[in-house]
Amino acid sequence: MIAARSITKRFGEYVALDDVSLEVPDGSLTALLGPSGSGKSTLLRIIAGLELPDSGMIEISGTDATNVPPQRREIGFVFQHYAAFKHMTVRDNVAFGMTIRKQPKDRVRDRVEELLGIVGLAGYADRYPNQLSGGQRQRMALARALAVEPRVLLLDEPFGALDAKVRTDLREWLRRLHDEVHVTTILVTHDQEEAMAIADHIAVMDHGRIEQVGSPLELYDQPANRFVMGFLGPVSQLGDKLVRPHDIAVLSEPDAGTFEAQVTRITYLGFEVRIDLALDGQDPVTAQLTRDEASQLELTAGDIVWLRPTAGTPVDSIPGDAPVTTVPAAAADDAAE
Amino acid sequence: MTVDRRWRIGLRVLGLGYLAALLLIPVSVIFYRTFEHGVTSVLDSITTPQAVSAFWLTIEVSVIAVVLNTVFGVVCALALARGRFRGKWLLDALIDLPFAVSPIVIGLSLVLVYGTNGWFGSALTNAGIQVIFSFPGIVLATIFVSLPFVVREVTPVLREIGDDQEQAAATLGASGWQTFWRITLPAIRWGIAYGVVLSTARAIGEFGAVSVVSGHISGETITLTLLVEQRFQNYDLSGAYAASALLAVIALATLLAMTTFNRRKEESEA
Amino acid sequence: MSAIALRRRRSASGSSALGLGVATLWLSVIVLLPLAAVVVRSLDDGTGTFWDAVTSRQALAALRFTLLVSLVCAAINAVTGTLIAWVLVRDRFPGKRVLNALIDLPFALPTIVAGITLMALYGSNSPVGIDIAFTQAAVLLALLFVTLPFVIRAVQPVLIELDREMEQAAISLGASNLTVFRRIILPNIVPAILSGAALAFARAVGEFGSVVLISGNIPLQTQVSSVYVFKLIESDAEISASAVSVVLLLVSLLVLIGIRLLGRFDPTHRRHDG
Repeated sequence: MIAARSITKRFGEYVALDDVSLEVPDGSLTALLGPSGSGKSTLLRIIAGLELPDSGMIEISGTDATNVPPQRREIGFVFQHYAAFKHMTVRDNVAFGMTIRKQPKDRVRDRVEELLGIVGLAGYADRYPNQLSGGQRQRMALARALAVEPRVLLLDEPFGALDAKVRTDLREWLRRLHDEVHVTTILVTHDQEEAMAIADHIAVMDHGRIEQVGSPLELYDQPANRFVMGFLGPVSQLGDKLVRPHDIAVLSEPDAGTFEAQVTRITYLGFEVRIDLALDGQDPVTAQLTRDEASQLELTAGDIVWLRPTAGTPVDSIPGDAPVTTVPAAAADDAAE
Repeated sequence: MTVDRRWRIGLRVLGLGYLAALLLIPVSVIFYRTFEHGVTSVLDSITTPQAVSAFWLTIEVSVIAVVLNTVFGVVCALALARGRFRGKWLLDALIDLPFAVSPIVIGLSLVLVYGTNGWFGSALTNAGIQVIFSFPGIVLATIFVSLPFVVREVTPVLREIGDDQEQAAATLGASGWQTFWRITLPAIRWGIAYGVVLSTARAIGEFGAVSVVSGHISGETITLTLLVEQRFQNYDLSGAYAASALLAVIALATLLAMTTFNRRKEESEA
Repeated sequence: MSAIALRRRRSASGSSALGLGVATLWLSVIVLLPLAAVVVRSLDDGTGTFWDAVTSRQALAALRFTLLVSLVCAAINAVTGTLIAWVLVRDRFPGKRVLNALIDLPFALPTIVAGITLMALYGSNSPVGIDIAFTQAAVLLALLFVTLPFVIRAVQPVLIELDREMEQAAISLGASNLTVFRRIILPNIVPAILSGAALAFARAVGEFGSVVLISGNIPLQTQVSSVYVFKLIESDAEISASAVSVVLLLVSLLVLIGIRLLGRFDPTHRRHDG
């Protein structure tokens, strides 16, 4: 188990981490999810030993690792911008950690071959990093980190610098890889979809604090507060309930407990259709329908419709004053932190 | 700018004309003047005992100064690019001083510290060490004038490559020393090479500061540049031209090295 | 070393590192201590002597001429340097790459050789019949030679980076060539021109090797400050030499500070906070 206990870290006046505690079970894939500046990368770097906390303790497998230098923490770290050793071939990059540990040459060679096979770079051993695509470089970086058989794999926005398509592919590939090698993994990301797609556990962070820890489903269905709710996906307020876009039924006739609204915009997103709606005396609302549902209603912009929440959470039951209608983090393109 | 042809050629003629009158024609004339009486006299003139001694003195001084400045330059560049400490801006600013200070002031400043009447004068005399009007003084002056080059070339390269690779090496178990030799040094090697070439050119070519501290002892403290001046003052024009041509050839070789290393440097940063 | 940098990053207090110590010590022994000695020595006989030394007729004349000729040199460089940079970036002609490499020749060529070189072409034995040796024009010529690369090398990269679409947009809006240069290109390269010219000015003020022969060193006429200081050192007038040196040092410092401030306010300057 990896544990962070009461970690506080300041950069000058700025409080990056405020008394943060987290436990990561062995063999799990845990995501640290949060917006830019939430402290998630700083926490990862402190676990790696690349930063020292002002106070608090890091435990790796039950021993205090707070003052152990990164060289001796037995970790694998993968950086957002790959940190490829540009002057070395792919083979030498992957072999680096083992060469430093003076392992026998034939063992290094076999292990490198094996790892390059696992990450799908078998024919690329003699290339230089600048002859690889971004996705290939990141897979090389993963192989390099895995080569030293780390006790924990730390990934800092590993797909942040890649195209959307490559991102999705690598995300699924990483999940499969984790299922094969079972190394305890902590992944930092600002993309809630990425976190939901691959992590067993998610710790949602904001302003240097952990807001909630749980499985993807727990977080989505039982958010601890409005920030978590808003960060995991779009939310609108309808009457005294907080609802997701797919929890709104759109009716052409008024009924008991419905709200009158005017269609302001219809966006076709393939299978799904997004309807933006304006309500009297309330904030705008977004509803999400299937293509069939939308075509049955024969909606056009300007139409008057009636909305009914089919699920949702009473406003009063969720603490926090963060605006719930915030755009989810997936839309924020700022991956840098 | 999509300038029309007439304008473009006009500007080209102006620019190239200025370069020709100021740079290209004068340098060609010096080679012409050197070789107008044949190659033998030139060879004779640059192989006299004084010339040979001046040549080797220049080489010795330059090698010492450049090696020391390279070590200092890399250490200092690492401090500037990687360190976080108070007064970093001041260190950064002070590094440039040797570029801005007159060589004569540099020479004078060394005399005032290391000369017989200088701050360390009596201590050095008691220890039997003569700095000014001697070899160590020339070395000190040369180090002073060529001090910033390696720092100034290596610091931006270090900033450009960032510390990701160094951190990655640390997480993979490399010690600080291993990281430096295996990761940092290979990444900055062309920057260092470029800085070394610039330092060498400056060290070989320094005249003013060396002139103040040399004492002009023939066969002992006369460098190549001092030899040029001495011959010119003694109305040995062809001798001065020959030594000048030798230095000009070194300068051209420097340019060639600069062009090569600069291209490598830019490639390695890409 | 990188280990030290890493440890500093890890340690909260930022304990003083070996590398920083070595760098500071080296800089102090080689550069700062000697320069401090100049300042101290200049005041050895009090401020009155200092003042007399820097305001003597010959010292003032040398200083005035040095500053004036350096200013003219910097101004000419600002114009010709920009022109040559433009030709090297935007024009195409055979031999451009060789010429581009040769621009740095004045940096690589020893200054005394530069002086001899100019004497050979523009001195008493001039093959083209132009003899300006021992005149103020000769000093200017020598300074122009040694400062040639500064503005060119400052402006060139900015011109290369300059977005051509900006110029094309201006032309599509009906701007003439001259307007495009004045309103689009110039505002973007002015900081580079100024910092290049400032470096050229600093270099010109301190220049010695290239002017010592060609100036003829005529007091009150062609004598520049650095040569004047050299003459004072030769006649063992250390205090006067130090006093005039302090003035030259002040000019250098002012220019260095000016360039730093210029860099800070450069609108095209991009910060890398990656």
